[in-house]
Amino acid sequence: MKISGKAVIFGDDVNTDVIIPSKYLTSLDPEELAKHAMEGIDPNFAEKAKGGIILVAGKNFGCGSSREQAPIALKYAGVKCVLADFFARIFYRNAINIGLPVLESPGVSKEVDEGDMLTVDLEEGKIVNATKNKVIDALRLPDFILEILKDEGLINHLKKKIGGKRS
Amino acid sequence: MNIAEKILARASGREEVKPGEIVQPKVDMAMVNEITGPLAIQAFKKIGVPKVWDNSRIVLIQDHQVPADTVKSAELHRIMRQFAEEQEIKFLYDVGLGGVCHQIMVEKGHALPGDLIVGADSHTCTYGALGAFATGIGSTEMAAVFATGEIWLRVPSTIRINATGSFKKHVTPKDLILYVIGKIGAAGATYKAVEFMGSTLSQISISGRMTLCNMTVEMGAKTGLINPDEETFNYVKSRARRPFRALKSDPDAKYEKTLEVDVDRLEPQIACPHSVDNVKPVKSVEGTEINQAFLGSCTNGRLEDLKAAAEILKGKKISRGVRMIVTPASQEVYLQALKNGFLEIFVKAGALVTNPTCGACFGGHMGLLAPGEVCVSSSNRNFVGRMGSPEAEIYLASPVTVAASALAGKIVDPVAYLEE
Repeated sequence: MKISGKAVIFGDDVNTDVIIPSKYLTSLDPEELAKHAMEGIDPNFAEKAKGGIILVAGKNFGCGSSREQAPIALKYAGVKCVLADFFARIFYRNAINIGLPVLESPGVSKEVDEGDMLTVDLEEGKIVNATKNKVIDALRLPDFILEILKDEGLINHLKKKIGGKRS
Repeated sequence: MNIAEKILARASGREEVKPGEIVQPKVDMAMVNEITGPLAIQAFKKIGVPKVWDNSRIVLIQDHQVPADTVKSAELHRIMRQFAEEQEIKFLYDVGLGGVCHQIMVEKGHALPGDLIVGADSHTCTYGALGAFATGIGSTEMAAVFATGEIWLRVPSTIRINATGSFKKHVTPKDLILYVIGKIGAAGATYKAVEFMGSTLSQISISGRMTLCNMTVEMGAKTGLINPDEETFNYVKSRARRPFRALKSDPDAKYEKTLEVDVDRLEPQIACPHSVDNVKPVKSVEGTEINQAFLGSCTNGRLEDLKAAAEILKGKKISRGVRMIVTPASQEVYLQALKNGFLEIFVKAGALVTNPTCGACFGGHMGLLAPGEVCVSSSNRNFVGRMGSPEAEIYLASPVTVAASALAGKIVDPVAYLEE
């Protein structure tokens, strides 16, 4: 699985309250959530993300509440992959479960600038920064997590598994 | 093994587990609220399994926006009710019958020592107060739990907090956990478990232990735990709804590191805007003017918290220009506070008593802040925009500090202020 896009940069400790503020959580519509992605920190984010970007953050991305609406809002706003030094654990699991690739790469926030052209190779656990002509190492995801991402999330993955058992 | 490892080993049918291993345990209990539940229910329906794995091990709680403030909230509540009916789920705490989800899980005997519990809410770690391994997950993952009763977890390494000594008057477990978060940092326990021990623990009630474990997620922790003792068994005796098997850390259990806290010397603490680890002694921000004081939440909305505040506010008036909101954490807490006269004290002091809900803490449907306003709150998060305007400021402190500050109209160190 290879993913390419321009980098949009955020700092450390970006919490889920700013990724999608509480007042929007009564909506079950991903497109509606997407309009307000990152509104608490960058009101122009939805516009920036249109057409597909790779979000690059520092430490502890997605800390705070368990709201799955946070990765959903990012995914539907156009985020194709999130790279961070490391993630808060519930966000990390939620992103994988809804089929939004996330990759830990300690130090990545210092290797990438806004607008750099990146290609992420999930199977290899490598990031190529074409703008800076640099290869950045990431922590390769375990195979069972790659399987979930290939199935575009846990629900499809389970459907396949359960369907497989039945037939 | 330590208590976290023992519970994961037990739930995975293993003799032993080690940090870093990935295990696939069976969960004892699963909880959702109306913000996370409807998404989980939608996802569950897509999996194509007709029935949940066990209708006696799922708890549905309406708490974040109750009573419904908008048609959208009312629809979320209805999705929860319909699912409970379709799946014959035994435990639905509807509007007026429950309260804040984590309070209900503990108070109604759904969380028990030795359990592995998952909840679609980050503060699920609260149940570690009873010696359970409890952790927050998202909605889609919960759908998978509804279908299979299982989850994958990486066995965490554990940070030990060794608290010794006794609390000074007006210093509380909230001050202890704020101090610990200040030391460890907002990401310092990411992916890890946090275990509290030491001579101070036997002096802390289940309510105070819930405050400690509740806020471990603010350091990024997977869970916070306290070994069960006499206090725990007395608490769960009349509440437990099923048999349980309590587990405790072995004397030779392994820890990644230990933080020693001398509680004798602990002063009232406060987390300043805009991060939970921006912790200082209350003294250092004394005089900061406030517009709102909030007493409530899964962190500090229990009877003990309301009692501490009522003792301070009895026969007094909160400062002009300050609005105080008091939100008991559950119907049971509300009723006890009513019987004990605490609610009367609050009303006479000029505070507004609300129904049990996550409302103000979560910046949901009430108690919001305007741009430029300052709130001192007994809750757990002071992120930008958490309680309303992104230009408002939130200070997190103990119920004692919140009540004393409401009287003073500004942030005050309760030790100095109340003893004058």
